[in-house]
Amino acid sequence: MELELAQPILDLNDRQAVKNRELLDENHVFVLDLLASPGAGKTSSILSTIDQLRDKYRIAVIEGDIASDVDAQRIKQYGIPAVQINTGGACHLESLMIKRALDVLDLDQLDLIIIENVGNLVCPTDFYLGENIKVMILSVPEGHDKPLKYPGIFQASQAVILNKIDTLSVFDFDEQLFRESVARLNPTAPVFPISALKGTGVDAWAQWLSQRIDSVVQGGSMQ
Amino acid sequence: MHEMSLMQGILDSVENAACEAGAIAVSEVRLSIGQMTEIVPDAMDFAFEALSPGTLCEGAQLKVTMIAIRSKCNVCDHEFEHDRYHWGCPKCDSLATELLAGREMYIESIEVEMSDEEPQSGQTDGRDAIVVNAVTEPLSCAGERA
Repeated sequence: MELELAQPILDLNDRQAVKNRELLDENHVFVLDLLASPGAGKTSSILSTIDQLRDKYRIAVIEGDIASDVDAQRIKQYGIPAVQINTGGACHLESLMIKRALDVLDLDQLDLIIIENVGNLVCPTDFYLGENIKVMILSVPEGHDKPLKYPGIFQASQAVILNKIDTLSVFDFDEQLFRESVARLNPTAPVFPISALKGTGVDAWAQWLSQRIDSVVQGGSMQ
Repeated sequence: MHEMSLMQGILDSVENAACEAGAIAVSEVRLSIGQMTEIVPDAMDFAFEALSPGTLCEGAQLKVTMIAIRSKCNVCDHEFEHDRYHWGCPKCDSLATELLAGREMYIESIEVEMSDEEPQSGQTDGRDAIVVNAVTEPLSCAGERA
């Protein structure tokens, strides 16, 4: 006998993500889900973004890692609230993990939460966490051909950060080719070349992010 | 390799639905997966083989139907299928396109073996299929089955 289910595989995840979204909307909190491979400079990029935006918004960070709390410690040393999620081997964050992190954050004292997803260019793409936008980082040493190898994440991101541009001279990275590949997959996504370490280009990225935050936080306590 | 965690969720949902309908075993699980997702069918097969023993799905067939990626051009309204890499409109070359299909991840249906008893819940749709909502009461009959 056949049973028709027509049930989304990620039904439980998606329903929790919608609840997260509702909770965040009530508190006028904007959430950025940041995706990248290990070593692309996610934590450094977050710190340099915080430098640009901390005077304007109250920020917290949710750190997703398979193990350890070194990233959360780095953020806390910066004077920013940070919650570490250890996935214990899972290659991505799920919405219930985010819910648990939201439970320990003081949401009505926040305007922006940056989620640093687990370092991975594949799996996090499929999981809606309740975020406003997904943005990915690719770093110069990874190579300009990555949009061809991982189209899913480039297509699912609302913007692409190209990090470590201070190393362009020592890697065989064709920025024009990279931009063309991104544009073919995702014509509306801007590309922001930055050096998180040196602070180069972070202002343009932060300004773009700020415009998106303002459209959501509008009506919140910061306005 | 998120297929393992996806498959665990699938098995939980399938067991729950089968159990609610009073089935004693599942013989086939049918999934629909969009080609724009990051799911690899071979990895789903592997995860099913690894996780199904000891569940109602032990020995069942997993059938994965891939759904083609389809977009619509916002300039000339042309609808077209394409691969993961080519998003431009083949008619007018515009890159202003909108994804219509390709991100689906669904458990479409399952084939179950019934005991002689009447189903505990669910309703017929006029044929011999029983339509159950698998998610309203998660794992509600896990205890009854034990």
